[in-house]
Amino acid sequence: MHTLITLASSEPAATSAATGVTSYAWLLLAFPLFGAALLLFGGRVLDKAGPMIAVLLSWAACVVGVLIAISMMGADPSDRSHTLHLFSWVPAGTFDVNASLLLDPLSITFVLLVTFVGSLIHVYSLGYMEGDSDKRRFFAYLNLFVAAMLTVVLSDNYLMLYAGWEGVGLASYLLIGFWYHKPAYASAGNKAFFANRVGDVGMSIAIMLMFVEFGRTDFAGVNAAASQASEGILTAIGLMLLLGACAKSAQFPLQSWLGDAMAGPTPVSALIHAATMVTAGVYLVVRSHVLFDLAPTAQLVVVIVGAVTLLYGAVVGCAKDDLKKALAASTMSQIGYMMLAAGLGPIGYAFAIFHLLTHGFFKAGMFLGAGSVMHAMDDQVNMRRFGGLATLMKITWVTFGLGWLAIMGVPPFAGFWSKDKIIEAAFVGEGWRPWVFGLAALIGAGITAFYMSRLFFMTFHGKRRWTDDQHPHEAPLSMTVPMIILAVGSAGLGLILGPTGIITSWLEPVVGSAEGGHEPVLSVPVLTVLTLLLVAAGIALAWWRYLRESVPVVAPVGSLATRAARRDLFQDDINEGLFMRPGIHLTRSLVFADNKGIDGGVGGLAAFVGGLSARARRVQNGFVRSYALTMLGGVVVILGALWVVQ
Amino acid sequence: MSLVNYIYLSAILFAIGSAVVLVRRNAIVVFMGVELMLNATNLAFVTFARMNGQLDGQAIALFVMVVAAAEVVVGLAIIMSIYRARRSASVDDANLLKL
Repeated sequence: MHTLITLASSEPAATSAATGVTSYAWLLLAFPLFGAALLLFGGRVLDKAGPMIAVLLSWAACVVGVLIAISMMGADPSDRSHTLHLFSWVPAGTFDVNASLLLDPLSITFVLLVTFVGSLIHVYSLGYMEGDSDKRRFFAYLNLFVAAMLTVVLSDNYLMLYAGWEGVGLASYLLIGFWYHKPAYASAGNKAFFANRVGDVGMSIAIMLMFVEFGRTDFAGVNAAASQASEGILTAIGLMLLLGACAKSAQFPLQSWLGDAMAGPTPVSALIHAATMVTAGVYLVVRSHVLFDLAPTAQLVVVIVGAVTLLYGAVVGCAKDDLKKALAASTMSQIGYMMLAAGLGPIGYAFAIFHLLTHGFFKAGMFLGAGSVMHAMDDQVNMRRFGGLATLMKITWVTFGLGWLAIMGVPPFAGFWSKDKIIEAAFVGEGWRPWVFGLAALIGAGITAFYMSRLFFMTFHGKRRWTDDQHPHEAPLSMTVPMIILAVGSAGLGLILGPTGIITSWLEPVVGSAEGGHEPVLSVPVLTVLTLLLVAAGIALAWWRYLRESVPVVAPVGSLATRAARRDLFQDDINEGLFMRPGIHLTRSLVFADNKGIDGGVGGLAAFVGGLSARARRVQNGFVRSYALTMLGGVVVILGALWVVQ
Repeated sequence: MSLVNYIYLSAILFAIGSAVVLVRRNAIVVFMGVELMLNATNLAFVTFARMNGQLDGQAIALFVMVVAAAEVVVGLAIIMSIYRARRSASVDDANLLKL
């Protein structure tokens, strides 16, 4: 199967220097970066105007992105890839890294997603963070986040991508721990940072391998050199890149930070889950598709990681009572779908990006909806304390509902077009693979329908289980308008891009396309019907358990599986037992060895010399006559020695 | 009388002088011991000069006498000032030169 697909994938189209509106692409980075710098160093003067400046700069970047996309659409498909040289970054003899931007359909797709959804979240934050005294810092970080993410998707070499990658990690750390005065929130930021460091080690090793093997790190050069490299090296690079992607995209086994990352303000969660951060890993895998196509083992690992994570996230999502954490688990699961698709090769790349786009819209919409609910319920996140909000928060209910229908893959909403394609692609192949991965994707769709319906019903329907003195109300306009726009996107984006084939033909110059003749092991209509049946079953089960039956305010003890899922399937316990405790023991034993062994040796020698000299000091007793005796003795000894020698 | 006997005498005088320096506490007496040792060496010098028929040893003996005279002046002055300061001329009382 893989040889077929490898043959089918085309090399990325040749790039040309950017001209016209594309040559202003540097503004994409400059606007948000300038905003972040201005707000951070501007001081209190900008406390009032700062947030609005940040919003405007983010929209300015979005406008530049749209203009570039329009000019790109007008060009011939073979002439849509441009590079924009900014400056020579690391000129070191034969090794030369340029800071230059790569503008092709893939990166522009991401630019549009990041800037558009990011800007909507900026607007939403105007309302959400209204009362926060530290707004200026918040908006500065938001701009920094957008700038870093744009660096990731726009750079034309792995080294600059790595710089953006680190920027994303930094911005996420700053934003997750934005309310750092609460220790739990601050440590959630640390957790995200540490998990990402693990991935960054993988990234840096991958880049070092590229440097050693290929002598260059730009995409074009690496892609060209990859065909001559041995498969072992490519597999190693692929696996190391995957490690980096796993950390950023919260994939198994580095997923543990995502749930705690909910400590950040809700717009941050929306930004992390929809527009930036978690999408970076998928981008990295798709961008490196030439390497992965040549390393089937690495590809298989990508698929396995995706399949495991999509089920993992789905199972965890079923048990969470915290609205935001349930949504976080669902993100993990949906990114798992994307990883799965990205690992399938050319038949999956376009759909991975497609699902990423639609997911960006509906997940951002749902997170903003969750923020609106929290806003109305005095920052309550326990879904067992919600219920019956549909009539009081009509806009939130409708927009969230559209996102809910989209993520479940109910036709004709966005998720149907993107997720179904991934499930179909997962069923393509020979032997055991299509059955294992396809079934995982299929079952995942059913579980997704269950937990999202559970979340939706518990929040918006059923009896009111509020604590006393709560008066839910609809959010202000600055919050509802972004939600409405995102809801429209989650409803219509799939229909526009999917069945028309726009997304596949748009991305084809970059990721190639599969030749025809890859039929799933089950026919497409059967799969669609199966998926929809499972989704319907999931909704029905959720309706049965959480709408027909009343929801207890205090969570029941639950079965063993429920309790395990509530604890995130023991991810933290495993990390603690496997890494944290042995790590502590290791450091303790090292400290002990240092104190007793090394310090003891050095200290003992010093004490020995000191003791010896204390003894020698006694000779100096201050009595002149004893000195005289010593001198006499010395003279006698010298004379005696001379006499003996002669 | 053989000239060697003068060497023996010189050695005996040197031994007496060094014994005085080592065993006596009074600074003046110690000083006299030092003078005795100097003169013992002078005697040895002169004797060796006589033995070898050269004047070098006698010249050195003259130098030693001059140096000894100067040393006596300085030494006695130091002993006087120590005595004034500490009301004692015992060398064991002046034992501050230690760690």
